[in-house]
Amino acid sequence: MTAEYQLIVILIGAATVTYAWRGLGVYLAGRIDPESAWFDWVACVAYALLAGLISRLILLPQGPLAQTPTADRVGAAIFTLAIFYLTRRNLALGVAAGTGALILLTWGRAGFS
Amino acid sequence: MLGLRTGAGIPGLILGSTYVGFGSMVRESGIPLGLGLVSTASSWAIPGQIVLVELWAVGASILTIIAAVALTNARLLPMTVVLVPQLRAPDTAPWKIYLAAHFIAVTGWALAMRQCPSMAPERRLPFFYGTTLTLWMMSLGGTALGFILAGTLPYHVTLGLVFMNPIYFMLVFASDLRHRARTIAMGLGAVAGPLLHFLTPDWGLLITGLVAGSLAFALDRAWRGWRRT
Repeated sequence: MTAEYQLIVILIGAATVTYAWRGLGVYLAGRIDPESAWFDWVACVAYALLAGLISRLILLPQGPLAQTPTADRVGAAIFTLAIFYLTRRNLALGVAAGTGALILLTWGRAGFS
Repeated sequence: MLGLRTGAGIPGLILGSTYVGFGSMVRESGIPLGLGLVSTASSWAIPGQIVLVELWAVGASILTIIAAVALTNARLLPMTVVLVPQLRAPDTAPWKIYLAAHFIAVTGWALAMRQCPSMAPERRLPFFYGTTLTLWMMSLGGTALGFILAGTLPYHVTLGLVFMNPIYFMLVFASDLRHRARTIAMGLGAVAGPLLHFLTPDWGLLITGLVAGSLAFALDRAWRGWRRT
């Protein structure tokens, strides 16, 4: 099996399992009363999963960010929150500040080269 | 139209930029542009896509990669369960919801969760489609742009673009803390996520959702009960 063919199989598999979560979600949504305690519990699980994922993406990233120092990522994330709250919750400024901070921190460590 | 504008604004720019980072990752891993675009179009959930490219680059097996993607994307199930009642008007055909489900991902989900409750039920699904299709197309554009720019873009800028994704998500949720149970769930999840990842990298996220979510649910109920007496 060539590498490209393998990759196509992986992409089909990934798309299938990813849609499976969404499709199953629609199916279950038809069976859970939005006013019920079950629904509140599912919402709690969703938000906990999302927050867990986000903090993992910042603290223990995979991909290219894995090579950056944790201190830089945490520092840039704190800076993001600080700018966000200081600018009365301006999302664009917060994200721009955090992105800029990470670029400068990692670039600075490399001696701006 | 409102959906289109909502999607094309700041959220679209940020998501598009995140996908520029993904596009350059795709090229650096030796994956052709066409397949990178297929990944964005068919999965459209960036954390799983990054896991896929990363594991592919280190030569992991087909089953390992698919299982890792499935575990990374498990959040889509409870997210869908919570969003669908918002989108569905009494006469909405089921297939329209099943199709819309493909476009459930964090950015559009968070926008819809915030804006739908104040909309007439029949306007919500068109709003959702408008927003997410715009975001989806900007993601495809970003993937292509990142692929083309890979190598010419300074390395630190690519890092910054990939970093945009988690900090943007973080702010989206930091600006929506009105609901007590969900806020507790996020706090517990943010702490448990990395800790459980050390314990079991594969299942950590799923356990985080179930344990932190259930604990937050229980604490919220206990709080309500205590207030009542």
